[in-house]
Amino acid sequence: MKAFLTVLILLMGLGFPPALSQTLGPVVPKATGNPHPEGNLFMRINHSKLLLQDRNLTVRLGDRNIGASLKACVACHTSTDKNGQPIPINADKQFCSVCHEYVSAKIDCFQCHATVPEKKTEAFLIPKTSDSNALAAYLKETSE
Amino acid sequence: MSCSLKNGSELPALKFNKKPTEMGRREFMRSGAALATITLAPGVTLMAFGGKAEANANPATRWGLLVDTNKCTPDCDACVTACSTENGWKDTGHPETDAQWIRKVDLVDLATGRETSLPVMCQHCENPPCVDVCPTGASFKRADGIVLVDKHICIGCRYCMMACPYKARSFVHEPLTGQKSYAPRGIGTVESCTLCVHRVDSGRIPACVEACDAIGHRALIFGDMNDPESDIAKRLLAYPSLALRDDLGLNPGVRYTSL
Repeated sequence: MKAFLTVLILLMGLGFPPALSQTLGPVVPKATGNPHPEGNLFMRINHSKLLLQDRNLTVRLGDRNIGASLKACVACHTSTDKNGQPIPINADKQFCSVCHEYVSAKIDCFQCHATVPEKKTEAFLIPKTSDSNALAAYLKETSE
Repeated sequence: MSCSLKNGSELPALKFNKKPTEMGRREFMRSGAALATITLAPGVTLMAFGGKAEANANPATRWGLLVDTNKCTPDCDACVTACSTENGWKDTGHPETDAQWIRKVDLVDLATGRETSLPVMCQHCENPPCVDVCPTGASFKRADGIVLVDKHICIGCRYCMMACPYKARSFVHEPLTGQKSYAPRGIGTVESCTLCVHRVDSGRIPACVEACDAIGHRALIFGDMNDPESDIAKRLLAYPSLALRDDLGLNPGVRYTSL
């Protein structure tokens, strides 16, 4: 390992293009939305565990107010094509597939789960029970 | 922040409010129905059931559906269409293997010729046979009485389909695309009516009930059967109602009047 790193550093020192470091790993498409406060490294390591925990909270207990849902991943991490249409997140070179393909990990999440976000009007207008007062106030305001 | 995970217990929750940070299957099963949050170590708690504001499946609630067959007409399938649109299932052209979330059943009394029409879906039994026979625990009943399939651990054995006296479950035979984000469904798993659990959890009513109301029939009433003030509880008290295959003692959450 040490030898490999030495060679690598040497090679880079010898004037190889800086793009070399990018071609070594998967090129992950950029996401929209705010960055994860936990940091990308934390998410790279722990996203499967977080998803596993929160899926149980939702499926078994009906807790919809969770931090890590696949729906939320898809909402921010899908790219759009040149017509502005979302590209399925599990398509080639897209957010989920790019790393999983790189490490030969086969995931079956998207046999069942939606690969593109729900239309914004639907996904973001579903009132939460806790938000019902705010929503009622908003509706009253808009109807006046 | 440390990224190393020794036995997974250092995983911080992503939630901003206090949540259990780790739930293994064993802890989940062991925690029991009325257990409060138990602190194992700082930041590590067992899953708590019941009495938690965040959990929408409230054990004091029993969601139910009352079908007034007098108001249901044979030529109307608004509830079926609404279910299909909401949950994203459609007929595949193979009736033997089509999804069976909800269907209309027409009955004719041969002696009198009287026709009765009614929707039949998962009856959300109190003692569900599908849950009894499931070898993996995928088929389960939520604290509020909604019977669901946890497709993450469903192995597609279809035992539950055989056990269900209402034929309310079906198996997804073919690969699917374009599912709804709130209603995941896919190949190799069993599915059935979820009582629109994603809507119920956000304080709305199931799509079939909404459609029946919208068309003006108002044959479907959804509500909490345990709440004496609810419309459904009042009607169940005031009028005679019937459970399909009452002889089996399953105590379904779906009941029928004028049948």
